[in-house]
Amino acid sequence: MSRRSLLTIADLDRAEIARILRVGNRFAEVMERDIKKVPTLRGRTIINMFFEASTRTSTSFELAGKRLSADVVNVKGSGSSVEKGETLKDTVITLSSYLPDVIVIRHQSVGACQMAARYTDAAVINAGDGKHEHPTQTLLDLYTIEREVGPLDGLHVAFVGDVAHSRVARSGVRGFQTMGARVSLIGPPTLLPRDAEAALGVTTSTDVRDIADADVVYVLRMQLERMGPGGFVPSLREYAMTYGINHARLRPGQRVMHAGPINRGVEISGELADDPATLIERQAANGMVVRMAVLYDLLAGPAGSTEPAGAPIGAVAV
Amino acid sequence: MAGKILVDEDQVRRTVARIAHEIVERHAEPDRLALVGIHTRGVPLADRLARLIGEFAGAEPAVGTVDIALYRDDVGLDARRGALPVVGDTVLDFDVSSRAVVLVDDVLFTGRTIRAAIDAVFDYGRPAMVQLAVLVDRGHRELPIRPDYVGKNLPTSRDERIAVHLSEIDGVDEVVLETPAGVRGTP
Repeated sequence: MSRRSLLTIADLDRAEIARILRVGNRFAEVMERDIKKVPTLRGRTIINMFFEASTRTSTSFELAGKRLSADVVNVKGSGSSVEKGETLKDTVITLSSYLPDVIVIRHQSVGACQMAARYTDAAVINAGDGKHEHPTQTLLDLYTIEREVGPLDGLHVAFVGDVAHSRVARSGVRGFQTMGARVSLIGPPTLLPRDAEAALGVTTSTDVRDIADADVVYVLRMQLERMGPGGFVPSLREYAMTYGINHARLRPGQRVMHAGPINRGVEISGELADDPATLIERQAANGMVVRMAVLYDLLAGPAGSTEPAGAPIGAVAV
Repeated sequence: MAGKILVDEDQVRRTVARIAHEIVERHAEPDRLALVGIHTRGVPLADRLARLIGEFAGAEPAVGTVDIALYRDDVGLDARRGALPVVGDTVLDFDVSSRAVVLVDDVLFTGRTIRAAIDAVFDYGRPAMVQLAVLVDRGHRELPIRPDYVGKNLPTSRDERIAVHLSEIDGVDEVVLETPAGVRGTP
């Protein structure tokens, strides 16, 4: 039986997300110990396939697997058979013959992870597919807000900037809404998805001053590599002046997030990015413990299980 | 399952007190001792033992909790379980190294939980010794693990279940033998 995969944030309901966040707390405690490692996934194999540049996500997935005692293999796009013209399908089939338990995939194409999941019995985790989804980023964002700001229920989160090309926003809108938060999208009309209000149940605005009501301002990276020569904004300088987030645009108490990497002076000012009051550093730190929780959630249950958490282990005579 | 009370409230109280006396007899320095309760019902048992040792010896030992979910040897293998183990807290906010650690659990069965608990404790430091106190030993060991302090030996068949109820969690102190319908109880 194929294992359960995490392809989109929609694969998780509210109770499942809450469970992952709870387990993340447990792993945060493990990270405070001298020995930052537990034997939970000893004997399991995780293959990380990153066909697109990544520092935070690939490193945190690798460390997450290693700190759970799994065997972790990293495959990069450059230097692999993909460079010789091998398709993703063939690469997945080949690597699956080594019987991994999990394949983590980042790919520039939308739907690459869904496609890969059809050709392997391993659990597939979407670590970012084009401008589609990035579910573990959303889980670490939810975890960070819950720890640093408070309960997600009723919170107002405003995504600001290049929403159209952002997988962080696409997963984030769904994830935040699932946990009871209110979401608004703010940016230039060229970078807001059409019909977002009706399709996603969010409010939209082209006026950056509308961040005033938000508890959390989630700044999105200008994804120039996805824009091509299209000219979505007249210039980055003008974008920074009109939509760039800096201290002057924030009111006291508002928290700022950014998934990184940061274009300093474009979507966010350098001073704000360096301000310890932002949650950006916490997001990076929490990435590993949340990815440990995701791996635990996918692998610790019986193969293919979608059951919610059961009785406490202490109640079962082992 | 049909249930039969094997140990009642008064017997539980006296049994825990006896274990506390035995621990005091073998550990003259309570400040070098730590009681570590294994989730879930080992936790209140460790608290009770620590209080009683405090009364008997004049000083309470350190108390901690350990959750073995991350140390199990059957993670993802037991399809019968059908659900993820809930991960509880491990709190050992004292220096484990050089202390005598007494693991405390309600029921000793195969010994796999205890093996996992020992692994967990060693991730925090290197204790001078590790001992094991259990309220009930029901047999069927699958590992070479033997308790140092035993409340009751209750031999059972594999398909029976020993349920320990403690007032802190269940509202009542008792040990119940649960027998599948149609199967005659062993003791």
